[in-house]
Amino acid sequence: MAKTKVSLTVNGNEVEAEVDSRTLLIHLLREHLNITGPHIGCDTSHCGACTVDLNGKSVKSCTVLAVQAQDGQVLTVEGMANADGTLHPLQQAFMDNHGLQCGFCTPGMLIRAQRLLQENPNPTEDEIRAGISGNLCRCTGYQNIVKAISAAAQQMNMKEAAE
Amino acid sequence: MNEQPSRKEREAALEGIGTSRKRVEDPRFTQGKGNYVDDIKLPDMVHGDFVRSPYAHARIKKINKDAALAVPGVLAVLTADDLKPFNLHYMPTLAGDVQAVLADEKVLYQMQEVAFVVATDRYAAADGVEAVEVEYDELEPVIDPFKAMDKDAPILREDIKDAKEVGGHGPRKHPNHIWTWEAGDQKATDKAFKDADVTVKEMVSYQRCHASPMETACCVASFDKINGALTVWGTFQAPHVVRTVAALISPLPEHKIRIISPDIGGGFGNKVGVYPGYIMAIAATVVLGIPVKWVEDRIENLSATAFARDYHMAGELSATKDGKITGLRCYTLADHGAFDACVSASKFPAGLFMICTNSYDIPNAFVSVDGVYTNKTPGGVAYRCSLRVTEAIYMVERMVDILAQKLGMDPAELRMKNLIKPDQFPYTTTFGLQYDSGDYPAAFKKAMKSVGYDALRKEQAKKLEDFKAGKSRSLMGIGVCTFTEIVGAGPSRVCDIVGLVGTFDSCEVRVHPTGVAIARFGTKSQGQAHETTYAQILSTEMGIPAADIEIEEGDTDTAPYGLGTWGSRSTPVGGAACANAARKVRAKAQKIAAHVMEVSEKDLEWDIDTFRVKGAPDKAMTMKEVALAAYSNVPEGLELGLEAVEYYDPPNFTFPYGAYICVVDIDADTGETAIRSFYALDDCGTRINPMIIEGQVHGGLTEAFAIAMGQIIDYDEAGNVIGASFLDYFIPTAVETPIWTTDHTVTPCPHHPIGAKGVGESPNVGGVPAFSNAVNDAFAALGGVHTQMPHTAPRVWEHAKELGLVA
Repeated sequence: MAKTKVSLTVNGNEVEAEVDSRTLLIHLLREHLNITGPHIGCDTSHCGACTVDLNGKSVKSCTVLAVQAQDGQVLTVEGMANADGTLHPLQQAFMDNHGLQCGFCTPGMLIRAQRLLQENPNPTEDEIRAGISGNLCRCTGYQNIVKAISAAAQQMNMKEAAE
Repeated sequence: MNEQPSRKEREAALEGIGTSRKRVEDPRFTQGKGNYVDDIKLPDMVHGDFVRSPYAHARIKKINKDAALAVPGVLAVLTADDLKPFNLHYMPTLAGDVQAVLADEKVLYQMQEVAFVVATDRYAAADGVEAVEVEYDELEPVIDPFKAMDKDAPILREDIKDAKEVGGHGPRKHPNHIWTWEAGDQKATDKAFKDADVTVKEMVSYQRCHASPMETACCVASFDKINGALTVWGTFQAPHVVRTVAALISPLPEHKIRIISPDIGGGFGNKVGVYPGYIMAIAATVVLGIPVKWVEDRIENLSATAFARDYHMAGELSATKDGKITGLRCYTLADHGAFDACVSASKFPAGLFMICTNSYDIPNAFVSVDGVYTNKTPGGVAYRCSLRVTEAIYMVERMVDILAQKLGMDPAELRMKNLIKPDQFPYTTTFGLQYDSGDYPAAFKKAMKSVGYDALRKEQAKKLEDFKAGKSRSLMGIGVCTFTEIVGAGPSRVCDIVGLVGTFDSCEVRVHPTGVAIARFGTKSQGQAHETTYAQILSTEMGIPAADIEIEEGDTDTAPYGLGTWGSRSTPVGGAACANAARKVRAKAQKIAAHVMEVSEKDLEWDIDTFRVKGAPDKAMTMKEVALAAYSNVPEGLELGLEAVEYYDPPNFTFPYGAYICVVDIDADTGETAIRSFYALDDCGTRINPMIIEGQVHGGLTEAFAIAMGQIIDYDEAGNVIGASFLDYFIPTAVETPIWTTDHTVTPCPHHPIGAKGVGESPNVGGVPAFSNAVNDAFAALGGVHTQMPHTAPRVWEHAKELGLVA
C-alpha cells in the first residue's frame, strides 16, 4: 500500500511519519510515535479512551485518519504537564480526589476535561457530567471524576484571579 | 539538638491502616505512563487476529488459506488442523471441561475462533482475516436453555457426547447436560413448605451480561528458542494460574514460562480465565520464533470472551403468617454456552450459590442447579462478585420482597424480622457456612434512619393515591436490600483451582539495610490500588512508612505463588498474608533489637515504629535502626537479613455485609426510570483506606446500576449475538449515573489478622437487587409481582401495560 507522509505537531514537537492512507490517528500516535497515553477501548468511537485534542477540539482519535491531522496541533495527556514538570491542575486534582482507579480511561478523561474547562471555565456539576459524557469509565462511577474536575476548575479560576 | 518527632507526627508519617492515603499508582496513570499490555512493543513483533464464525452452529466443510497467505504482510494462517499434532486444538477450562482453541470441524457459537492470522501489523492481519475462505454447513442451533435437554434437541458437543460426566460432577442426563449440583436438606425443606402458612414462587432470571472492562483482553507472547523460554505479558487477573495451566498443556516446564501481568485496565472477573487468543499467540510465537501480539476489539470482547450470569432461578420461600421465613427452595437452570468455561472452585460447579440464605435465619433450604450447553459463548465468570453470589442474593432478595407483598407486610419489616441476630454469631447456616461476625439489625436500622424510610413510604403512598386518582402519571419505588457476601476464597480444604492448587495467597517482604522495603504478592491489582493499600498494612505492622515500601505484583518470576485477584480475595487472603509476613519481620526485628540493646526480648515493647525498653522509654531502637543491625549484628543462632514469606491459607471465608436503599421515580407512560437516591451502607470489617473503599463502592454501584437497568447480551433465534458493541451494550455515562451516598459500620473479622473482610464486590451484590426491588416495588401496590431485568424503559413500559396502567 502506498505510503503517505504526514507532518503535524504533537505536544509541541514537530513530527513526521509515513503512514497508509487508512492509518488511524490513534495508531499513528501509539504505533508510530510511541505516544501510548491515549488508549483504545472500543474502536467504535463510544468509549473515549482514545480522546486527544486536535486543533483545539476534543476528538476520538480512533475515528480520525492520521492524514486528517496533517499540519494539525495535537495534544495528548503526555503534553498536559507544565514545561517545568509541575502537573496540570486537572492531573493534580484527579490524584487528590481519587478520580481514577485502573487508569485506562484517565488519559482520555483528562484531555477531554482540559478542553471542557477551556470551553466553560465555570461548569456546574451537570455541565461537567454532560461535558464528559463521551468518555466512559467502568471503575469510578464518575462521582470523584466530577469532583476532581470541579476542584481543578476552582483552582484554575483562583489562580487566574490572582494573576 | 534535633527535636524528636512527636508520636502523632510519626503516626502520620507511617500512613498506615485507616488513613486515606493518596494512591501511588496515580502519577503514572495521570501522565500517560501506565504500562498496559497493548503498550508493549518488542523488536520484530507481529500481530495475530481471528477469523470468527458467522454462525451459531455449523459444520466446517473447508478452510481455504491461499488468498489470505497472498495478502501482503500475512505470515501464517493457523487452523485446528495445524494444532492437532500438538494436541493444542482444545484447552482445559477452569470448570474441568475443555474448550476449542480453534473450532474443530464444527462451530458452536457465533464469533467462535476458527482461524488465526499472523501478519506484520494489525492492519495486514485484519486484511488476512477478510481473505480466509471458510465453507460452512449450517446446523440447527440450541438457543433457549429450557429446550437444551429436549429429547430431539440437536447434540452440540460431539467431542464429549459419550462422556459420563464433565468436571467430575456426576452423571449427565442428556448430551447437552453438563452437571447437576445440589445442596441442603431436601426432605426437611419440603416438609417446611408443606407445613407453611404462606409460600411464594417466582421465576427470577438473571440475564446474560458481560463485565466489559475498559481494556479488552490481550497479550504479547515471546518465545526464546535458544533458551527454550516463554514470556507472556497479558491481561491476567491470576498470572500464576496461567503459568501452571500453560505448563500442564505445553511441553515447556513451568520454570521456563514467565507470565507477566503489567498494568491492567479493569478486570471485574472477565480476565480470570484463559482465552483462545492467549493460546494462539503462544502457539504462533513458538512456531515463528518472534513475538506475537493479540489484542481483541470491543465487539470480540463482548461477543466472544466470558459472559456472566445467565441463571434462571425458580425461587421459593415458605413462611409463617406473621412473616418468619421457614424454608427456601430454588431450582436453577444455568446456561453455560458451548463449553463449560465457568470460573469456579473445582468442587463447586455453581460457585458459592449456597450463600442464598443471605442475612436471614432460615432453618431449611435446598437448592439444585442444572448446567446446560447452548450455542452461545462460553463463560460464567463472576462479574464483580464472588462465584455465583450475586445470582443467589438477587434471587433471595426478590423473593423476600415477593413474600412481603403476599403477606401484606413492609419489605423492611419482613427483613428485620428474619435477620440473623448479633448474639447468634458465629452463625452456621443451614448449608454449613459459618458467618464470622456481624450486627445486621444495627446496620439496617442505621440505613433506614439515614434515608428517612418511614417518610419515604408515606410519600410513596401519597404518590400512589395521586396516580390512582389520575392526578399524576409518576410512580415511586423503594428498593431495599440487606445482604451478606461470601468472599476471600478460600480455605484450601474446600476450595481449589483445577483440582490442583489450593486458593491460598502469599506475600514476601524484604527490609533493606537502610530501613526501606519491598514486598511482593501473588495477587494482581486491576485498579484496586494494591501498591497503595498493601503498603499501609505493612507500615502499620512493621513501623516503616508506607512511602518507603515498594509493592510488586504480577510477574511470576519474582512474585511468590498466589491465586490472583478475583472474588474480593486480595484483602481477605493477600492482605492477611501481608500482615502475617510483616509480623514475622517484626518478631525477628525484636530479637535483633533486644540483642543490640542487651536486654531480654520480653523487656521490649512496640511503639508504632520503635522498640522501647519497658521502664526506660528513652532506651529504644527504631525499625530503621534495627534494619541496619539485621545485616551486621544479630544474636548467635539467628541468620542475617530481615525478610519473611507468608503463604496464607484462610481458615474460613469472610462475610462482608450491607444494607442498601434505592428510591426510583418512574414515568408510567414512557417506562423511563430516574434514580432519585441511592444509599449504601457497607460493613467490610477493618477499613484499610477509606478513600479507596468509597471509590470501590461508587464503582461497584455503577456496575450494579448498569446491570439492573440496561445490560444484556442477547441472542436471536438463529443464535446471532445482539447488542455486542458499545452502541447497544449499556455502559452508563456520567449523565445517567446516579449520585451515591455511602456509609459504613465496622465489625472486624475475627479470623483475619487485621480484621478486614473485603469490599470491592459488595456494591454489585447488594446493588442489583436494590435497583430491581425499587422498580418492582413501584408496581407492587398495582398488582405487579416481578418483572425481569434489565429494567430498560421499553420493558418497564411493557410491565405497566400488562398491569393495565397505560392505554
